[in-house]
Amino acid sequence: MPEFLRALAWPVALCLCLAMACAGAVMAQTGGTAQPAVADPELEKRVLAVSVELRCLVCQNQTIADSNADLAVDLRNQVREMLRQGKTEREILSYMTARYGDFVLYRPPVNQATALLWFGPPLLLGAGLLTLWLILRRRSRMAASEFDTDDEDMAAAEAAQRQDAR
Amino acid sequence: MKRWQFLAPLAGFVVLLAFLAAGLNLNPREVPSPLIGKPAPEFSLPRLDNPALPFTKQDLAGKVWVLNVWASWCQPCREEHPLLVDLAKRSTVPLVGLNYKDKPADAIAWLGRYGNPYMASASDMKGEVGIDYGVYGVPETFVIDRQGLVRFKHVGPLTPQVLRERIEPLLKELNA
Repeated sequence: MPEFLRALAWPVALCLCLAMACAGAVMAQTGGTAQPAVADPELEKRVLAVSVELRCLVCQNQTIADSNADLAVDLRNQVREMLRQGKTEREILSYMTARYGDFVLYRPPVNQATALLWFGPPLLLGAGLLTLWLILRRRSRMAASEFDTDDEDMAAAEAAQRQDAR
Repeated sequence: MKRWQFLAPLAGFVVLLAFLAAGLNLNPREVPSPLIGKPAPEFSLPRLDNPALPFTKQDLAGKVWVLNVWASWCQPCREEHPLLVDLAKRSTVPLVGLNYKDKPADAIAWLGRYGNPYMASASDMKGEVGIDYGVYGVPETFVIDRQGLVRFKHVGPLTPQVLRERIEPLLKELNA
């Protein structure tokens, strides 16, 4: 394995760990939603599935499934009502977007306004990895004598010199 | 070139600062309404002062009007209320109230205490019309034009500044 690849292994592994931790946190969050307490568990399951896609606009960092704000309860009832009428999930989401805008969707749609949101982080990560790779490659090609000595090494060398001088 | 390279992290930091500063000045509670430029949703609700009479959007067809969503339980509504009372005195534009998720008795008592600037209020006890209008934080104020299109929306209590700089010029323009 070339030297720079070995040097890259750790940062890449770290990034992967972080990504997995985030994904785990997200799953833990959706796992903690309020349990349906009404009859017809089948319908409630579908209500919940739609509700986790919708943002509560009163408490913006929660879905309407997580929130007990008045509006969230109303919107959940609206979702339930629409499902009863046989509306599809897509129809319900577009009903909500027509009233509250894209912001109501917990998963923002990919469009011009959200392109930076969707592709910014991978681009930044890519740029960071590229920079790291360039730096490491340059260093791996430098002769050993071009590196500065560490302070610690310097101190040790000086101590050794002093000892020698005695 | 090499000599200035140490400035690169600093430049990056400045860019980051600029983003953070811009972010701090945004208000995440202000969600742009998708209704702007679209027809205001139809409604038919009982009048607050006379529940036997239905009140609909058609009653205002052909007029420029202001819709104010309010409730007696809403503290910020009290804050903006004097401004509405004042606007009603100065202006001939119909000011319509949407009494949102309120008990009619409480709402009527509230208007009795603080003054009633509304031409009429519609009782949206279940908040269904509120959902149609994308209401998420009372008070909210809409300006609707002669064609029935929503032209402006303000979330939260009105301020003298919003009234003076946004709403009144718009009303003047639409009524011209």
